[in-house]
Amino acid sequence: MDKVIIADNLSLAYSHDETIINKVKFSIDSGSFVFITGASGSGKSTLLKSLYGALNPQEGSLVVGGVELKGVSNSKLNFLRKHIGIVFQDYKLVKEWTIEKNIMLPLIINGYDKGVTQNQVDSLLKHVRLKHQTGKYPQELSGGEQQRVAMARALSHNPILILADEPTGNLDDYSAELIWNLLVGANEQLKTTVMVVTHHIPENIKVDYKHYHIEFGRINEVN
Amino acid sequence: MKSIKNHLSLVIALVSILFSIQILVIAERSIDTYKDKLANDYSIVVVSQKALQSSKILEEFSIIEKIVPLSPDGVIKRLDTGMSRKNIELLKLTLPKFYNIKLKYYPSSSEIKVLTEKLLRKSSITKVENYSNSHDSTYKLLLLFKRVITIFSVSMLVVTMLLIVKELRIWQFKHNERMNIMGLFGAPIWMRSAILFRLSIVDALIASLISFILFTFIASDSWVNEQFDYIGIKVTIFDPIYDLLILTTISIVVSIVLASLIVLGHKEEV
Repeated sequence: MDKVIIADNLSLAYSHDETIINKVKFSIDSGSFVFITGASGSGKSTLLKSLYGALNPQEGSLVVGGVELKGVSNSKLNFLRKHIGIVFQDYKLVKEWTIEKNIMLPLIINGYDKGVTQNQVDSLLKHVRLKHQTGKYPQELSGGEQQRVAMARALSHNPILILADEPTGNLDDYSAELIWNLLVGANEQLKTTVMVVTHHIPENIKVDYKHYHIEFGRINEVN
Repeated sequence: MKSIKNHLSLVIALVSILFSIQILVIAERSIDTYKDKLANDYSIVVVSQKALQSSKILEEFSIIEKIVPLSPDGVIKRLDTGMSRKNIELLKLTLPKFYNIKLKYYPSSSEIKVLTEKLLRKSSITKVENYSNSHDSTYKLLLLFKRVITIFSVSMLVVTMLLIVKELRIWQFKHNERMNIMGLFGAPIWMRSAILFRLSIVDALIASLISFILFTFIASDSWVNEQFDYIGIKVTIFDPIYDLLILTTISIVVSIVLASLIVLGHKEEV
């Protein structure tokens, strides 16, 4: 099976004297669903940041979607990010854009034409049950709805990998369930690799997943 | 409303810059025109024992436009108390020659001094009257006027630039978030900054348009034109093509520099 992420002897740090992730080795199969857990400050989000190139590896090698991220050039990083969907706990939506424009963002960056973009946005709004909110701005929606917009944006360009950082951390049970269903749907129907960083794995999640736990700068497979 | 407010802060700053620049230009034009007028009215009188060779003098002193001999007839007429024609002719020959020297432009005090000294070095020239007292006071008044206008405009420019630096920080904060989000999805730098540049250029065009309206109004104002008429000069306060082109270019350049500073100062969130 193809590997979408390969980390070899990977160390991550924000400064030279404080290593967060220390010489870890792991690989993620394409099409898998992965949970990364760990205590607060263990380095879960740091690991996720390194996967979309926001943090350069201090040591070792990290290959995502065939792109080596150690010393990666801006153009290669942009190329990789065009094929990744990212979901954040704080949604990271552009406040001055309507929800449709937010969802369109990856499609515009990937150079899709207007017709395709509009159709995709319409179908995604239906998919995340937000068709009735068309034309609104993020701040006019509830937290759960904003996260669904962020999910639609992450799915819009059929990415090879979805990275989600505590995607349901701020949400009520109903919205959280909707988000899990969307992530599982993307994994099962589109064969998208999904990696979720979370404190707790939902008990009722209906997907085969791999579970890694980060502790003391090391990453260990749990099941 | 918020968006209009954001636009306004940059537009007002740009209009202040354009206003200061155009005021400087008007002051410069007024002074130049007034200097031309003074140069036309101003002349030096030279007294020489022998007739001067105009072509040689003109060749030697590039500042001199023309040398006009002054007729001694007026003096002789006052002296004529029944002198014979022969005596009058003799008197004409013995009288010194008077010349009126016209200059190409209104000279500075030091230029006048140098010219006077050089003319006096000619053996035949016995006196040069340069009316230095009246010349000095007019020239110094012009310089003072120019300095006051320059200080006013430069102060206004400095204050506006400080406002723009403050504005830059607000813009940086405002646009960083969107640029970061676009960057997370792989937008190249030009795409991330395109909105910023578009907004800057729109603001620059709005500022140019406001300046155009403002100066067109000032240029057509009868009170302003009357003031120029009083001092006897005609000045182009605002050239709707040349000045507008210059102001628009300055406005766009300032906005683009501002936007570029934001883009260069942008740091990806980690």
